[in-house]
Amino acid sequence: MKPSIMKEAGADRWFTLLNYAVLSIILIVVLYPLIFVVSASFSSSTAVLSGRVWLWPVEPTLEGYRAVFKNAMVVKGFLNTMFYTVAGTGINLVFSVMAAYPLSRKDFRGRNGFMLLFVFTMMFSGGLIPSYLLVKDLGMIDTVWAMLLPAALSVWNVIIMRTYFQTTIPDELLEASQLDGCSDLRFLLRIVLPLSGPILAVIALFYAVGHWNQYFNAMIYLKRAELYPLQLVLRDILVQNEVNIDMLGDAKTAAARQGLRELLKYSLIVVTSFPLLVVYPFVQKFFVKGVMIGSLKG
Amino acid sequence: MKLKTLKELRKGWQLYALFLLPLLYIIIFKYVPMYGAQIAFKEFNVTKGITGSPWVGFGQFERFFRSHEFWRLLKNTLSISFYTLLASFPFPIALALGLNYVRNRRFKNTVQMVTYAPYFISLVVLVGLLLQFLDPRTGMINTVLGWTGLGPYHFMAKASWFQSIYVWSNVWQNTGFSCIIYLAALSGIDPALHEAAVMDGATKVQRMRHIDLPGIMPIAVILLILNTGQMMETGFEKILLMQNSLNLRSSEVIDTYVYKVGLVSQAMNFSYATAIGLFKSVIGFILLLVVNQTAKKLKQESLW
Repeated sequence: MKPSIMKEAGADRWFTLLNYAVLSIILIVVLYPLIFVVSASFSSSTAVLSGRVWLWPVEPTLEGYRAVFKNAMVVKGFLNTMFYTVAGTGINLVFSVMAAYPLSRKDFRGRNGFMLLFVFTMMFSGGLIPSYLLVKDLGMIDTVWAMLLPAALSVWNVIIMRTYFQTTIPDELLEASQLDGCSDLRFLLRIVLPLSGPILAVIALFYAVGHWNQYFNAMIYLKRAELYPLQLVLRDILVQNEVNIDMLGDAKTAAARQGLRELLKYSLIVVTSFPLLVVYPFVQKFFVKGVMIGSLKG
Repeated sequence: MKLKTLKELRKGWQLYALFLLPLLYIIIFKYVPMYGAQIAFKEFNVTKGITGSPWVGFGQFERFFRSHEFWRLLKNTLSISFYTLLASFPFPIALALGLNYVRNRRFKNTVQMVTYAPYFISLVVLVGLLLQFLDPRTGMINTVLGWTGLGPYHFMAKASWFQSIYVWSNVWQNTGFSCIIYLAALSGIDPALHEAAVMDGATKVQRMRHIDLPGIMPIAVILLILNTGQMMETGFEKILLMQNSLNLRSSEVIDTYVYKVGLVSQAMNFSYATAIGLFKSVIGFILLLVVNQTAKKLKQESLW
């Protein structure tokens, strides 16, 4: 008896050791590129260009950030993205609640039909070109509406929200309120929404991330550069490698310009990703709930 | 009976008022494009509009099936999907199983926090990162390869590398976030099972194998089925960003081709592009139905 317990304890110890080792490797693999980018963004352009940055900043400077904030396109893009994210997420939340709450009510006549109408759009779509033609016919090309209205609602998020309402708001609460003469709208605003903080936070985050990271709609619907969101400006610089010479301002030689061009990219990545990475830990604790509800069928 | 219905409707008018705007949104932005997809069977003419353009039947589809692009697009779309499906399936499960046995709360929280983070990085930034790391002159990977005398290697210009770079950067970005659902499933397993197993002298590996794994299997199977139903949906926004003329041979998928034929190329051809898109949508829809049927047969929870 005893030796076998000993043996098992040994096996468990090896397991724990191995587990920590593997998880540490995963941690490093995910974390290292992120650390590298931050460190590179604070290093000197020559250090970046010659590949001397490995873990910590080398010859620390802020020249990359100076170049980023001197660029009018980047600043304008940042402001535009802020607007699209705040306005877009606001519209998303209002629309989602307006759709999800009635669908969560058992006494909402025709809700199965409406649900089918909504869910079908997740399985089949008219496609890119007819959607583009619609936006064009509505006269929304090259306006901020093209960034806000075609993505006003995500059916998936509506389903998550609906499931949350169904599972957390007890029917008795509704019945009691109705006896007191409370209207549906009042019940939603005074009782349901205050009880739905966590799900609203998670859904808002998902929507906000979508807006913040959106580039494709902007690419096909927007022509005027002053409406461009940050991601589109970023795409020109990071992916197409189109760096405006003005951005590199004081760099005199070709080599210096080349260095600053690379450095600028790292700084830009940090500036762009920073806002979301700062917000998300606060909402993280709600993730499990949000994702779990999403996994239940609607 | 009828009177009762009317009364009920009147009582619930506020719900209908609430529902009106979202309903209009769905009809206008989802169903009107479906109606507009009829131009796939027409020769679309801007001046005549969607309804006024002349019908050409299945002409656009025949043209697509006969074109030399057809098989290449289908092959790339399916191979990227399969590759993604296979590569991104096991990692979140393994990560969740591993995290489940970590006692040290700070370590566990750190791993979770860090592995979720890449999910929030935009595709533009992610592709920008890939380009920086893989750059033949200044990229870190090539600096290391240079030491071993193997480099420099222009990864992004090689069609043979495209799909691997695409898939493994996906794994890097999404593993942490995808594992949340498995962690939630693991926390739902009855602790009494583990206690009983410990009493019987089971090792952690045995408990993982016989309690945890069966516990999360149902959800894993559902997710796998769900993802199979999405086979025709490639992450085309990311592919578009990673594409260049040198890797096109393995990077052109149906979605990117539709975008180019319809909105980029000089001879914009709305009808042809719509037909290709519709072909994809229909196949995707059938796939979803088949997959759900299979799931039902397997006595797994169905999708709807």
